[in-house]
Amino acid sequence: MTVLNPLKPSERMKIPRQHSIEQPASDRVQGFTEVSFGVDEERAMIEATRCLECKNAVCVEGCPVGIDIRSFIQLILQKDYAGAVNKIREANYLPAICGRVCPQEEQCEAVCTLGKKHMPVAIGKLERFVADYEMEHNLFTPPVITERRDQKVAIVGSGPAGLTCAAELAKMGYRVTVFEALHAVGGVLRYGIPEFRLPRKILDLETDRIRGLGVEIQTNFLVGRTATIDEFFEEWGFSAVFLGTGAGTPNFMGIPGESLPGVYSANEFLTRVNLMKANKFPNFDTPIRMGSNVAVIGGGNTAMDAVRTAKRLGAERAILVYRRSRQEMPARQEEIHHAEEEGIELMLLTNPTRILGNENHTVTGMECQRMELGEPDESGRRKPVAVKGSEFVIPVQIVIEAVGQQPNPIIQATTPGLKTGKRGVVETNEKQGTSRPGVFAGGDLARGGATVILAMRDGKQAAVAIHEYIQSKVQDEGNKAIVSTGAEVVGT
Amino acid sequence: MFPIISKEILAPTISKFVIHAPLVGKKRKAGNFVIIRVIENGERIPLTIVDSNLAEGTITLIVQAIGKTTKLLCSMNAGDSILDVVGPLGNPTPIENHGSVACVGGGVGTAEMYPITKALKGAGNRVFSIIGGRSRDLVILEEEMRSCSDEVFITTDDGSYGQKGIVTDPLRQLLMNSQSGIKAVYAIGPLPMMKAVSNLTREFGVHTLVSLNAIMVDGTGMCGGCRVTIDGKMKFACVDGPEFDGHQVDFDELILRNKSYLDFERMANEQLLKETASSHEVAP
Repeated sequence: MTVLNPLKPSERMKIPRQHSIEQPASDRVQGFTEVSFGVDEERAMIEATRCLECKNAVCVEGCPVGIDIRSFIQLILQKDYAGAVNKIREANYLPAICGRVCPQEEQCEAVCTLGKKHMPVAIGKLERFVADYEMEHNLFTPPVITERRDQKVAIVGSGPAGLTCAAELAKMGYRVTVFEALHAVGGVLRYGIPEFRLPRKILDLETDRIRGLGVEIQTNFLVGRTATIDEFFEEWGFSAVFLGTGAGTPNFMGIPGESLPGVYSANEFLTRVNLMKANKFPNFDTPIRMGSNVAVIGGGNTAMDAVRTAKRLGAERAILVYRRSRQEMPARQEEIHHAEEEGIELMLLTNPTRILGNENHTVTGMECQRMELGEPDESGRRKPVAVKGSEFVIPVQIVIEAVGQQPNPIIQATTPGLKTGKRGVVETNEKQGTSRPGVFAGGDLARGGATVILAMRDGKQAAVAIHEYIQSKVQDEGNKAIVSTGAEVVGT
Repeated sequence: MFPIISKEILAPTISKFVIHAPLVGKKRKAGNFVIIRVIENGERIPLTIVDSNLAEGTITLIVQAIGKTTKLLCSMNAGDSILDVVGPLGNPTPIENHGSVACVGGGVGTAEMYPITKALKGAGNRVFSIIGGRSRDLVILEEEMRSCSDEVFITTDDGSYGQKGIVTDPLRQLLMNSQSGIKAVYAIGPLPMMKAVSNLTREFGVHTLVSLNAIMVDGTGMCGGCRVTIDGKMKFACVDGPEFDGHQVDFDELILRNKSYLDFERMANEQLLKETASSHEVAP
């Protein structure tokens, strides 16, 4: 084998981690163009040289979908970028998406050997680089499907879990149909994640490639209402079903004033902008209320997306109100950092108590309390406790609540025998199987609220389990056929 | 794409559409609605399914041209197609034999009342129907309502047809008359009408079901835009409703919430006027 990287480990360690090229904050808040341009070829090559090529590639174990990271980085060193992205695609069919929205700092990069003493290899940036390079240079070659199978599989929901499961099953040769309730494909990738983090061009391209595998995607189809899971088995001829309907039902704080016009769930706010293009009203028909001061309640990635979107819609003050401290914020560090660059105000250790309106019933402010951190709670994070008499009012015209979501209840309510746990989360075993034979589930529907990559992991895992399930049934039927033929032989 | 099979103009601003949507038609029950999007840049709006035809694979929608989207839709004709239709959404109306019931429809709400009236009659009820409209023009589906009612009362605000007054006038007479024996009231129409009906039936302790036309985006329980307060609790009209016990609905709150985008609607309407005007200029 030729030595791809002549540098000794000690030399590799001296190379600084390469940074993405980013659009200046003052420019990017003017619109919805992507914040990060990623790394260019030169930086990607330098970054790839930093990889120590560990024998026990711990990064691979850190990846929820088990991408062969060491190999794809070696392919970058050979300048075989298309080979590199195909290597990723073996484990994950949506590399351009994962390279953008995956929390690598908690996964592959968190365990990178180089990261113990230095900065870890920027694996996520390399993943994005090869995916973008392939796209720009039109190097995509669809995988060859060697076997065609007769069995049909229904995928419910076209988010990251569903799309991944669909791609994996299609590659195995199954006939796959994805059912999506909205008029556009992508689930949370479409209605939830804003364009400045995931351009629609990328999402459209990745979903087109899934269609290219022979996957049929039927929009405007709400499973449970348009047809039920039982009907899928009995009338539609599906052999198995994967449920990836996500956690789309928004929680509300339950404080006074929430019914005032001008109070949104983050889901509604983001859907109006991301899916319906309310930021382009009146050229697009869906409206959205805006104000000079906007408060977003919450500390997760959805809250970050909402507050940064509010800034882009023209809010002079876009304020994130979170009841714990910065350390406890569930949002990615990178997103918090980008938000601060964009002038987002973080109002930490602050908890809203009511939303105030005037005689015209428009929001005029939000009353909050100062909080301090007490003992750790069940999540291990220190529990925020209200400081008595610390109430104050923030003058705002729009309030957006990003305080968590729950699984949408329609599937559970219309599928007899489907076991659910707390808050309607569908119970699954280690192979993503549910209490109903032939019905598998994954992503936020089975987790309650997690990440895009964990949804993909579940989708991938479920595809393997669905394959096993169908094949064991095929085998059973084969055995039965043999038995019945045998009986006939005996009879004659 | 969902082709429009036929269109009938019921009133100057109200049109009836038969639309090819076989999957929706197959599953649809009285009280269900669809979310539609007419054009690529359009918004998503909920519309109640009035009827369906299994053999033809169609659903019937009755639409009053009020906002930009409904105006656009009402300008469409047989042969045109609607971009998106998803459904059937919401919970179907609970239909049971109460003995005697009153079905109250106001304006275009009568269209939504009709399938429920038909189902209630089919369940064996003695049905008293009340159709209200601002004027004669806006009294719709009289024949259809008569076909599934034992008695029909008509009111118009201006007295141009039927009895001059509002729907609560004959309803009060019915509730006061022990002979009619009304055990349940179903009301669909403008929010102030449903509020008035609910206030009246509360006096008589008669169970009342109303259908709430909250603003929706997805219609599947994801946005929370259609949140309403029912007996002090937050509910989503799209998945928990759209029908609720009228005595428990906070109507004033919903009336306010439904005004959230009035300024925007005005802008969108003006834009539509401009567009139509300019397209007329171009046309020979």
